[in-house]
Amino acid sequence: MTPADLETVFEELALAIDATAEPKRELFLAKLALLLAHDLNDPARLRSHLAAAAAKLDA
Amino acid sequence: MRPAGRADTDSLYFTYPHFDAPVRNAGSDDSAPVAIVGAGPVGLTAALSLAGQGIRSVLFDNKDTFNDGSRAICISRSSFQILERLGAVSPFLEKSLGWTTGRSFYRGQQILEFRMPDSPSEKYRPMYNLQQQYIEQFLWQAAAESDLIEIRWQSEVSAIADEAEGVRLTISAPGDTYEFRAAWVLAADGARSTIRTLRGLRLQGENFEGRYVIADVQMAHDYPTIRRALFDPDCRRGGTILVHRQPDNIWRIDYQLRDGEDEADAIREETVRASVAAVLTEIGYSGEWDLEWWSVYSANTLALDDYRDGRVFFIGDSAHIVPIFGVRGLNNGLADAENIGWKLGWVLNGRAGEALLDSYSPERRGATLDVFANASKSARFMTPPTAGWTLMRDAALNLALTHPFAGELANPRQMTPYTYSASPVVQADDPGFETGPVPGAALTDAVVGDGFLYDLLGPGFSLICFDPALAGQFADTDITVCLLQAGSPAAQSLGASAHSAYLIRPDGHVAGRWRSAQAGDIRAALQQATAMPKDATT
Repeated sequence: MTPADLETVFEELALAIDATAEPKRELFLAKLALLLAHDLNDPARLRSHLAAAAAKLDA
Repeated sequence: MRPAGRADTDSLYFTYPHFDAPVRNAGSDDSAPVAIVGAGPVGLTAALSLAGQGIRSVLFDNKDTFNDGSRAICISRSSFQILERLGAVSPFLEKSLGWTTGRSFYRGQQILEFRMPDSPSEKYRPMYNLQQQYIEQFLWQAAAESDLIEIRWQSEVSAIADEAEGVRLTISAPGDTYEFRAAWVLAADGARSTIRTLRGLRLQGENFEGRYVIADVQMAHDYPTIRRALFDPDCRRGGTILVHRQPDNIWRIDYQLRDGEDEADAIREETVRASVAAVLTEIGYSGEWDLEWWSVYSANTLALDDYRDGRVFFIGDSAHIVPIFGVRGLNNGLADAENIGWKLGWVLNGRAGEALLDSYSPERRGATLDVFANASKSARFMTPPTAGWTLMRDAALNLALTHPFAGELANPRQMTPYTYSASPVVQADDPGFETGPVPGAALTDAVVGDGFLYDLLGPGFSLICFDPALAGQFADTDITVCLLQAGSPAAQSLGASAHSAYLIRPDGHVAGRWRSAQAGDIRAALQQATAMPKDATT
């Protein structure tokens, strides 16, 4: 993914989260995680991404 | 519970018998090789299994009829195989409704249709629905035909004491208290086991928060015998509903209570009627219906640390309580009963060493722990215990509306027979096999001629082989020899060559298998499987 693509994805994620009403945002993100995990097709990499996402949440 | 004005056993469709307390006199025999406490499905199965080995037993039950209500309604294929070995399967086949398919719905839309493994090489369907009182009635009828089984109704065990060569029970019956002596005791007295309490034992494990009401209604509803699971339906947001068809136009409606929903209120008749009416609207039924019976339960995983306490063995719910998802309570109870039944029979007949009895708890408790692992997964999906489980469950269901892969997460893990891989009486596997049931696993069925492989098995150990010379070496033993054609469908499903052999236990599990079998190996395996000394002859 090029830096430009990443920027586009970043923007689309932000817009999609804003487009989802507050009570459904968690559900939306969880569905997205399941879809991406299914596409990734690599449980070990998913586990390392989970750990990476959980790191430094209180920074 | 039943609607106001109807007694506990006042059913819309089933006539409960009344059993008198036994009349004892000077000639009464107050001893037996085996005493069985509890004449429910598990106790009766144990008695029939023992009778099949020629062993007399006496059952004690504190009730005067069968258990009230339909309770456990799903009987698995492996249980039908047990019932066939007991010679009791016919009325079950006649009355029950076999099924293969389940459908899951999310907010009214179907997200999954699953089929349990089935094929023409299986004699029985994966599952059958039948009300528990019929299960008890059919087993009771089989027991009544046996001279080796006596049932003492309205008879409660009030004390139990160990003696040198057996156990002394104190029996309290109407106007009569007496002592009964047995070499062995089987405690089949259910989740609130008196024997367990009298022995000072406690179930260990955890409770899930989920609570369910189960209600039976009688109605002329036109839908095939397919298990329906309704997730997050309009009539019960956030909850899960199961719908099962039973014989006699009886339908089981099973719905989850919400967090904080008051249990006492939930089981009031008006509340149950309103909840059921809402479910019927949800599934599109608008005709007449009658409320038959209802009850409430919670999803638990509890078990004894050891299913044996000296000369007392715990079988069924007295030993373990499992969540109902996956229908493993009754089916595992029946497997417990057959497991201890044949082993005790063989020991009492002098054909097995007493050490064989030590294999009961590891084999059957292992099965319970396996159930816990699977049922806990199902329970977490049906009744998510925390915010994280709830979110991911909802995400999976919601995603399943458009992506079938996510619907597979709603597939309940149904009962499959447990493999006794760590049992002391099961052989290590022969690494030469590429397929087929491993030692400890239940034998897989196959078509043989006009019938099935299971039909060929004997009441004791059976040898499946393909070499007439090997078969001939066991012609004069009490092993039932099943000589099959090499290359036949059965040989293929067993992964067997012309020189292979399988030794099958009385309960249909594989005791050992050899890719290239020698008679000596088979004899040694039989000695191990019956815990007999190595120098004993077969």
